[in-house]
Amino acid sequence: MIKHLLSITQLSREDVGRILDTAESFREVGTRVIKKVPALRGRTVVNLFYENSTRTRISFELAAKRLSADVINFSTSGSSVSKGESLKDTALTLQAMGADAIVIRHSSSGAPYTLSHWVSASVLNAGDGTHEHPTQALLDLFTIREHFPSFEGLRLAIVGDIRHSRVARSLTFGMAKMGGEVTLVGPPTLIPPEATAWGAGVSHDLDAVLPKLDVCYMLRVQRERQRQQFFPSVREYSRLWGLSRTRVDALPDTAVIMHPGPMNRGVEIASDVADLPRAVITDQVTNGIAVRMSLLYLMLGVDRA
Amino acid sequence: MASNDAPREPRGVSVSGFAERARLLEAPEIRRSVTRIAHEILEKNKGAARVVLVGIAARGDDLARRLASEIEQIEGVRVPVGVLDITFYRDDIGMRAEAPEVHETRIGFDFTDSTVVLVDDVLFTGRTIRAAMDALVDFGRPESIQLAVLVDRGHRELPIRADYVGKNVPTRRDEEVQVRLAEVDGEDAVVVGEKEREPA
Amino acid sequence: MPNRVLFRGVRLVDPASGHDAITDVLIEDEQVMAVGNGTTAAKAHVVDGGGGLIMAPGLVDLHAHLREPGFEHKETIETGARAAAAGGYTAVCAMPNTEPVADNAAVVMEVRNLADKAGLCGVLPAGAITRGLAGEALTDIAEMWEAGVRLFTDDHNCVQSSRVMRLALEYARAFDVVISQHAQDAALTEGWQIHEGYYSALLGLTGAPAEAESIVVGRDIALARLTGGRLHITHTSAALSVEQIRSAKTRGLRVTADVTPHHLSLLDEDLVSYDTYLRVNPPLRSAEDRQALREGAADGTLDAVATDHAPHAAEDKDQEFDQAPPGTTGLETALAVVLTELVGPGLISLSDAVARMSTRPAEILGLGEHGGPIAPGRPANLVVFDPEADWVVGERPFHSMARNSAFTGRKLRGRVIHTMLLGTFTVREGEPTR
Repeated sequence: MIKHLLSITQLSREDVGRILDTAESFREVGTRVIKKVPALRGRTVVNLFYENSTRTRISFELAAKRLSADVINFSTSGSSVSKGESLKDTALTLQAMGADAIVIRHSSSGAPYTLSHWVSASVLNAGDGTHEHPTQALLDLFTIREHFPSFEGLRLAIVGDIRHSRVARSLTFGMAKMGGEVTLVGPPTLIPPEATAWGAGVSHDLDAVLPKLDVCYMLRVQRERQRQQFFPSVREYSRLWGLSRTRVDALPDTAVIMHPGPMNRGVEIASDVADLPRAVITDQVTNGIAVRMSLLYLMLGVDRA
Repeated sequence: MASNDAPREPRGVSVSGFAERARLLEAPEIRRSVTRIAHEILEKNKGAARVVLVGIAARGDDLARRLASEIEQIEGVRVPVGVLDITFYRDDIGMRAEAPEVHETRIGFDFTDSTVVLVDDVLFTGRTIRAAMDALVDFGRPESIQLAVLVDRGHRELPIRADYVGKNVPTRRDEEVQVRLAEVDGEDAVVVGEKEREPA
Repeated sequence: MPNRVLFRGVRLVDPASGHDAITDVLIEDEQVMAVGNGTTAAKAHVVDGGGGLIMAPGLVDLHAHLREPGFEHKETIETGARAAAAGGYTAVCAMPNTEPVADNAAVVMEVRNLADKAGLCGVLPAGAITRGLAGEALTDIAEMWEAGVRLFTDDHNCVQSSRVMRLALEYARAFDVVISQHAQDAALTEGWQIHEGYYSALLGLTGAPAEAESIVVGRDIALARLTGGRLHITHTSAALSVEQIRSAKTRGLRVTADVTPHHLSLLDEDLVSYDTYLRVNPPLRSAEDRQALREGAADGTLDAVATDHAPHAAEDKDQEFDQAPPGTTGLETALAVVLTELVGPGLISLSDAVARMSTRPAEILGLGEHGGPIAPGRPANLVVFDPEADWVVGERPFHSMARNSAFTGRKLRGRVIHTMLLGTFTVREGEPTR
């Protein structure tokens, strides 16, 4: 297994299969009374979170602890990160502490790449700027696999602010790698024209896409984007690209609805839609721990000497 | 698939080449061993009342199911069967080029007042059984644990012993013993041989 | 006692005189004394050019950041001049975005004094177009012209206002000085990090479209036509810009342009590693843009190769990509890059390459003493290099204070052996003399 997980494109199709299969076992561990195995005893996993993200950080923290690893949290509130220590100096400190893995979330695209040059630990990208969020894509693939027997030819639409979404990039590359068909949907200002070169189709008409979907993946739309005038108003955005109750009825019966969270209820997804059984959003969260355990196990349970 | 618990061989990952030297057990002998072990389990535990079988993946679980079937034929009782993957409890994680492959674990019953009979195909260094016991106690506190193996090939590195043994087979340390079962390998046999090293 | 140096058997490539042949060159004190086969001289130090060495007029850089005054932790005039000499340069135009900004004669004089003290390379300070580089009020162009300034620029800012740019071109006409524009539309490049294209989308980095440059180039060409002033487009990076410059020249407008060695060789796709050493302004662009730049350099649309030497301290570049300031060093690698990427593959002749790196930039700056011709009576400002010497960038320490070369780790072919400024070796056997 690769030493650093910086982009989902680094993984082969077989690697992805292996990660998901192993995650099945970790999901079973999560059903036990003692949800812990000694597999990574003695290892140290550092959560280096420059962006606030309680849910992802807790997911990684639980994953590491359930593997019996020691966990250190460096997050923006408190600790030297907030005092303005450079990324390089923080990296050298973690190196001196003997970290085996560093999970980094950062607002600068490429920060995990930069970090990997300064440490000998494994670096896991927990989200860098608008670039990628590979573990999110993996847990999404795991969740999709619960509902569909194969990725081959599976139709998935990602709806929303593709331009600024690291989740969209990782999921598009991940699905394409596993043989799925991805369509990116949203206003033209929020879909880079080069996205067609990612192996995805592009549409600005959500209603046309819905009847032919297996997975409808909604992205969070930040109100900031309206301030930056990527669309004229939230109302217009919601009307054209929001997943309303009526739109859900246009989906095939077997289709599922997904969202990486946190949701802007009423903007990209109607509140009652988010609570439907076919909206598997809470499953995504549960599966996040199993998938992250799988990654940590496969990446650290290795002799890299 | 190799089923030794020698510390340097990845469990469940098929070895690139295996040069068979001799066949130790054929199908009829395996069948008789399973039958005898089933009788021994019933004798030692005075029946099947509080006995559960937990097979160690892989192949230990297939043996456990065969034992359960025998016990049902003999005693008319269905004992619960579970499968336990011990990969996460191994003592050699992080010593190889790839993390060891994982199999399914399914123990759908509470064994608190029961005797757990661990079932494995080959007993070698004892490390797999050590890991299995650590895993088992994370699931609950059994009344007692017993061990049934199809083949005991010696070379123990830990103070572990089997309660029920199909056949004792003396082997050299560097040899490899393969148990093949119809459910997985298409035939029943126990063979001994050498791993073919790939040229570096 | 006259100081004599005889270069024997060098291939002299001198576009100003049309020379391209193996010959002998005799230097006495500050001048070229004789050029021709069989030249002899008593008591001359002989330099043997027999190993295929090439002599050219000393290189002239239209665009380098020497950082002094104000940013001496990145570079000083002395270390920058040494780096320039090591790269074969005998004259460098120093950019005015120092602290204080070179927007008045006093700062210009200070730069000249520091340069004179350092020796090693001629330094011609550029002056700012607007006060404080703010893009609003014109500087005292005449006063700076009297202090020796021949090129005015607001680099790394762009003069955004059409009105101010027009006035600058118009006013400067009286002094026949060059107004050099860093073409970048601010509104289209807010928060930019790399070229807008496939790679900016892939890497999640904010892109700056080529149009942000070409829109300003088009506007300024129109203003040059309106005013009759001398417009120079520095570090041209986009095919769209090259087209317009070519068209402007065809129409007889006084428009000149330069391009950097890194834009002639590197691409946006090289940034997949998020290497901050490759973060430059303007950004590295697409293969189509690079092709147009190469064609422009070959046909003379792009008159000169200028380094845009931009040294930074290690801690500034050792940061997250969006935090790292843009810029790459260039003085010590420029000649080798041009030889390796353009001359070697036959995209441009050696003579034309020398013209772009020496003859033409000297003409644009009005530097009579540089750029050749290498002929009797002319000042001895020259470079001798080995076109076959292979080296790896960064293998040996740079002479610049800074290490941020976009070419770090690359193998280049072509190495400066000697640089001579007014008859004195500033670089000898590949090492600066002081």
